Amino acid sequence: MTRMTYLAAVGQAQREAMEADARVVLIGEDVRSNLYGTAPEFVKLFGHERVLNAPISEEGFVGAAAGAAMTGLRPIVDLTYATFMYMAMDQLVNQVAKTRYMFGGQATLPVVYRASMFYRSSTAAHHSDRPYPMFMNVPGLRIIAPASPYDAKGLLRSAIDLDDPVVCFEDATLWNRKEDVPEEEYRIPLGVGRRLHEGAAATVVGISGSVAEAAKAAQALSAEGIDVDLIDPRTLVPLDEEMIFESVLRTGRLLVAEPANRTCGAASEIITRVCEHAFDGLRAAPARVTTPDIQIPFSPALEKQLYPSAASITAAVRRLIAQPD
Amino acid sequence: MLTSDQLIDMHTRMLRIRLFDTQVAAMVKRGELPGAVHTSLGQEAEVVGACMAMRSDDYMTGNHRSHGHPIGKGARLPPLMAELLGKATGVCKGKGGSMHLADFSVGSLGESGVVGSAIPIATGAALASKTLKQGRAAFCFFGDGAANQGALHESMNIASIWQLPVVYICENNQYASTTAASDAISVPRIAVRAAGYNMPGITVEDGQNPISVYEAVAQAAERARGGTGPSLVEVMTYRYSEHSEGLLHAGAYRDPDEYASWKERDPIVISRGLVQECGAATSAQLDELADAVQLEIQAAVDFALASPFPAAADAFEDLYSVELPLRDKYEDAS
Repeated sequence: MTRMTYLAAVGQAQREAMEADARVVLIGEDVRSNLYGTAPEFVKLFGHERVLNAPISEEGFVGAAAGAAMTGLRPIVDLTYATFMYMAMDQLVNQVAKTRYMFGGQATLPVVYRASMFYRSSTAAHHSDRPYPMFMNVPGLRIIAPASPYDAKGLLRSAIDLDDPVVCFEDATLWNRKEDVPEEEYRIPLGVGRRLHEGAAATVVGISGSVAEAAKAAQALSAEGIDVDLIDPRTLVPLDEEMIFESVLRTGRLLVAEPANRTCGAASEIITRVCEHAFDGLRAAPARVTTPDIQIPFSPALEKQLYPSAASITAAVRRLIAQPD
Repeated sequence: MLTSDQLIDMHTRMLRIRLFDTQVAAMVKRGELPGAVHTSLGQEAEVVGACMAMRSDDYMTGNHRSHGHPIGKGARLPPLMAELLGKATGVCKGKGGSMHLADFSVGSLGESGVVGSAIPIATGAALASKTLKQGRAAFCFFGDGAANQGALHESMNIASIWQLPVVYICENNQYASTTAASDAISVPRIAVRAAGYNMPGITVEDGQNPISVYEAVAQAAERARGGTGPSLVEVMTYRYSEHSEGLLHAGAYRDPDEYASWKERDPIVISRGLVQECGAATSAQLDELADAVQLEIQAAVDFALASPFPAAADAFEDLYSVELPLRDKYEDAS
C-alpha cells in the first residue's frame, strides 16, 4: 500500500495499462507536459507516439480517438474540464455511442474519455459543470464516477481494459485526497457499488464528490446512534441496482446526494428505479440533496452554498427518518 | 496507369452504383423502401475513381449519400440491398439503413447521416494505422456542405500536425441540399483551404472522368503511404437526383441548362468510352457487362426481398460488446 492522491491514482492506472498493452495511447491537451499531473514521465516511458498532445480541437480528437479505437488502438482521452465535452457532443453522442449499434455490431470501440468536474473552485459557469447525467441519457456509453483514489485506480483500469466506450467523470474536489492504494495492479468491476457505512436507519446513496460529504454525515449521525447504509454505486451506467434495492428493502428510507443539477440527475433516476422496483419496501418518500438548477457563480460567497455538504446531507437524513412509517 | 483489366473493373463498379441506385430510386417511388434515400447517380466517376486508388485493406468513411462508397470499395451487394430494406440479413442487421451503411470486411468504417461527422473517424483510423504500422491509408468522403463543418477543419489540422496517412475527398456536387456552394463557401474552390493546414490541395475539375479522379487520389494515397501526411482532393461533380429521393422541390434551385450540361458528360458514358478506346472491351462486350451487372442487382433485390425482418428483440442487441457487471472476471480488493 502507498499513500496516494486521487490524481496520482489516475496516473498509475494509466501507466499500468500503457505498460501492459502497447495499443493503449494517451491523447489530450498538455498531456506531454503533464500539466494536470496524471501523466508523470509518460513521454520518457512511452514516447511521443503514444503520448499525443492534442490541439484545442475537442471535436476533432474525440472523434479521432473513436476512429482509432475502431481500428486497433485503445485510446485514453484526457478532456480535462468536463465542460469541454460540449464541443465534442456530436462525436460523443453520434459517433462514440452509436457506432457499434448502428453498424450492427461490426465496430468495437475500446476507448476511455476522462473529464474532470472542477466545481467549488471559483471557476464560474464555464468550468464548473457536473454533466454526467446528460451522458447517462445516451445509450452506448458506460459511465464511471470514482469518488476515492482507490476506486479511481481500479475503475479506470477496468475501463481501459473494456472493449466498449467509457466516460470517466473525475471529481476535482477530490484531486488531493490521499488514501492507501495498492502499488500492484487491481481492477474494480464496472457496475458494482461499494458500501462505506452499514446501518438500518436509512439508505444514503452518494455520488462522486458527494460520497465524501455523505461519509462525514454518516460519521456524525453514527456518533448519535443513527447508522445509515451508505452506498457509492461508483458506476452510473450500468448502475448497481441490486445493492441499492437490497438496502432500501432493509431500511425503508432513501436519500440520494449528488453534485449534479437537480432536474433529471442521477438522483432522479435512482429514486425512480427504487419506486418502480422496491416500492413495497419504502416507508417514507425518497429524498435527494443536489445542486439546485442554477448556473455556477464566480464569487465564493455565492458558490459555496450550492453543493451538497455534510451538513445538508445530515439535515436531510434527519428529516427523512423523522417521517412516520 | 490502370491496366485493361482494371479499367473493366472500374467500369463494372461504376455500373453497379448506377444500376443499384437506379433500382433503389424506382423502389422508393413505388413506396417499397422505408426512410430517406440519397442516391449517388451522377457521381459514379468520383466515387469509383477514388476507390481504384485504394487497397482492399484501406479504411474509408462516407456520408449520407453513400450507397456508392461501399459498392465502389467492393462490398457484396445483397447485404447492402437487404440493409436498405431493413432486413435481418442487412450489412448492419437492419440498424443502419440507407444513410448508415458500413462494411468493415472491406474497410468501410461507416457512413454518417450527420454531415461531416465521420471525418474525425477517418482521421483516427489513419492514426491507428500509423501508430500500429499497419501501412493502411484512410479515405474520407464528404460533400461541399461538410466543407464548412468545424469537424473537417479540426481534422485536417490534426492530420497535418500528426502527419497521418489520410486523404480527404471532397465530393463537390455543388449543392448542399438546395443551397448552392457559391452561396455558402467563401472560396471558389474548396481545395485552396488545404493551404491553411499545410497540405496539398487539388481540384479535379473533370470529376465525371474516373481516370482524372483516380490519378489525383492515387497521388494523394502515395503521399499518405509514404509517411508525408494528408491531402485534400476536391472533385467537381453533380448529382442527378434531388437531395433525397422524393423531395418535391425539383428544379426550384438548379438551372435546367446547368443540369443538361452535366448530363451531357455522363460518367458511365465517359467510362465506357475509356474502356473502348484502349481496346479493353468491345461495345458488345460492354453491353453484356451491363446486363450481367443488372442481374447482380436483381439477385441482390431478390435476396433482400426474400430475407426476414429482424426479430423485435434484436433491437436490444449490439449496443455494447460486453455485458456488465463482470463480477466474476475481476477480483475486487475492496
